[in-house]
Amino acid sequence: MKFSGTAHRYGRDIDTDVIIPARYLNTSDPEELAKHALEDLDAEFVHNVRPGDVIVAEENFGCGSSREHAPIAIKNAGIDCVIAKSFARIFYRNAINTGLAIMECPEAVDGIKAGDRVSVDADAGLVVDETTGKSFTAEPFPPFIKEIIEAGGLVNRTKAKLAAK
Amino acid sequence: MSRPMTVAEKILAAHAGLDEVKPGQLIECDLDLVLSNDVTGPIAIKAFREIGLPNVFDAERIALVPDHYVPNKDIKSAEQAKMLRDFAHEQGITHYYEVGCMGVEHALLPEQGVVTAGDLIIGSDSHTCTYGALGAFATGVGSTDAGVGYATGRAWFKVPESIKFIVDGELPEGVTSKDLILHIIGMIGVDGALYQAMEFAGSTIAKLSMEARMTISNMAIEAGGKVGIIEVDDVTRAYLTGRSEHPAVEYHSDPDARYARVIEIDASTIRPTVSWPHLPSNAKPVEDSRGVTIDQSVIGSCTNGRIEDMRQAAAVLKGRTVSPNVRCIVIPATQQVYRQCMDEGLTTIFLDANCAVSTPTCGPCLGGYMGILAAGERSVATTNRNFVGRMGDPTSEVYLSSPAVAAASAVLGHLGLPSDLEPLEA
Ligand code: SF4
Repeated sequence: MKFSGTAHRYGRDIDTDVIIPARYLNTSDPEELAKHALEDLDAEFVHNVRPGDVIVAEENFGCGSSREHAPIAIKNAGIDCVIAKSFARIFYRNAINTGLAIMECPEAVDGIKAGDRVSVDADAGLVVDETTGKSFTAEPFPPFIKEIIEAGGLVNRTKAKLAAK
Repeated sequence: MSRPMTVAEKILAAHAGLDEVKPGQLIECDLDLVLSNDVTGPIAIKAFREIGLPNVFDAERIALVPDHYVPNKDIKSAEQAKMLRDFAHEQGITHYYEVGCMGVEHALLPEQGVVTAGDLIIGSDSHTCTYGALGAFATGVGSTDAGVGYATGRAWFKVPESIKFIVDGELPEGVTSKDLILHIIGMIGVDGALYQAMEFAGSTIAKLSMEARMTISNMAIEAGGKVGIIEVDDVTRAYLTGRSEHPAVEYHSDPDARYARVIEIDASTIRPTVSWPHLPSNAKPVEDSRGVTIDQSVIGSCTNGRIEDMRQAAAVLKGRTVSPNVRCIVIPATQQVYRQCMDEGLTTIFLDANCAVSTPTCGPCLGGYMGILAAGERSVATTNRNFVGRMGDPTSEVYLSSPAVAAASAVLGHLGLPSDLEPLEA
């Protein structure tokens, strides 16, 4: 999986209530949710985001609620990858399970500025800041998690496993 | 001999069919229960449908609880609740709770004996960790995990490291388990236990009631924890006896089990605590918060909506009235708590104090309905999160507290302690 786009920068403890406020959780329609992604944190985000863009954030991205509406909202808004210093546990598994690419890479977070052009090779764990020419390597995923990502998410992996039985 | 293990590791190993597990290990486990609500359920049902199996793995081991937006707040949420209901009926789900029988999921399932010690439970709701108070390994997951759980009864886990909190000593008068957990989150931060299991022990915990323990386990997620587990003791056994639908299994940490950290806390130093906006870790003593005027007080939720919480609030509100500048909303967490409030005369106390008393619902806790804040308004709440916009407008504010502090603040019109109130005339 390779992506390239503009970096949107945020701070630490970006919680799922600001990623998608509960006032929009009366629906699970991805398009509806995408319209309100990050609304309470950055009202301009949905207007600025373009397909292929990445979010770059500090520690504990996605803390709070278990709502899968959060990765769904940012993914459908156009974000292909989130690079953070660390992820909240439930957001981490939701992203893996639903096929939103995530990377834990503190050096990249410190090195990338808002608005930089960034390209990501998720399989190789490689992040390149095209604006500055600097490149960064993320921790590779353990094989088990790679297997889920490569299957295209947990539902597809489960389907494949059931079919193989 | 297997390696010494913590209670969390033992429950995971038993459900993975392994003699031992180690932190960091990725395993697949059999589940005792999969839980969803009206917000996360519809997406889980979609995942289940995509997998394509006609039936869930076990209709008796899935719990579907509409609680976030029911009784239905609007047409869209009515559709969500209907999806959950239709699916429950189609699949013959035994633990489905209709309006009139339902309660806030994490208060309801322990009360009804659906969850018990030794269980491995996933729920597509982050406060599923509440059942750690019963000695279960229970953790919040997303809807996809839940949908796959409906189909297969299995889930993947990364075995967490454990942090042990040893709380000893006497909690001062008027200090509750809510103050203790807010204090702990303030101490370690909102990612202080990220990817880790929190285990609570010590003489203070041993003396707490089961309800008070659930308040602590409930908020483990607010420190990033995967579970907030308390070992089974006589208090647990007394609570579970005659209540658990299936047999409880006791696991105990080995004395030489390895912990990432051991944190000792002297209970006697803890004061009534309130978490200021916009993080649960922003904990300050109530005494230093008296300058904060409030527009609303919410008493309820999966954190503090049980009968003991209602009694604590009623003890403060008895014979008093809420400040004319404050809306005080009391929401017993389950039908049973609601009825008990009536039977014990608490409802009359609340009504006499000019509180609004609601049927069980999550409602205002997540900014759903039943108490949404306007721009710039402030609410004290016995809930668990105070993120930006959690209870309404993004410029509104939520202050987290115990039921007694929320009740006292409702009367005072600003944050404060029960001891700040004018004494009642004899
Ligand atoms: S009461 Fe609040 S925290 Fe608890 S389940 Fe409901 S919305 Fe979630």
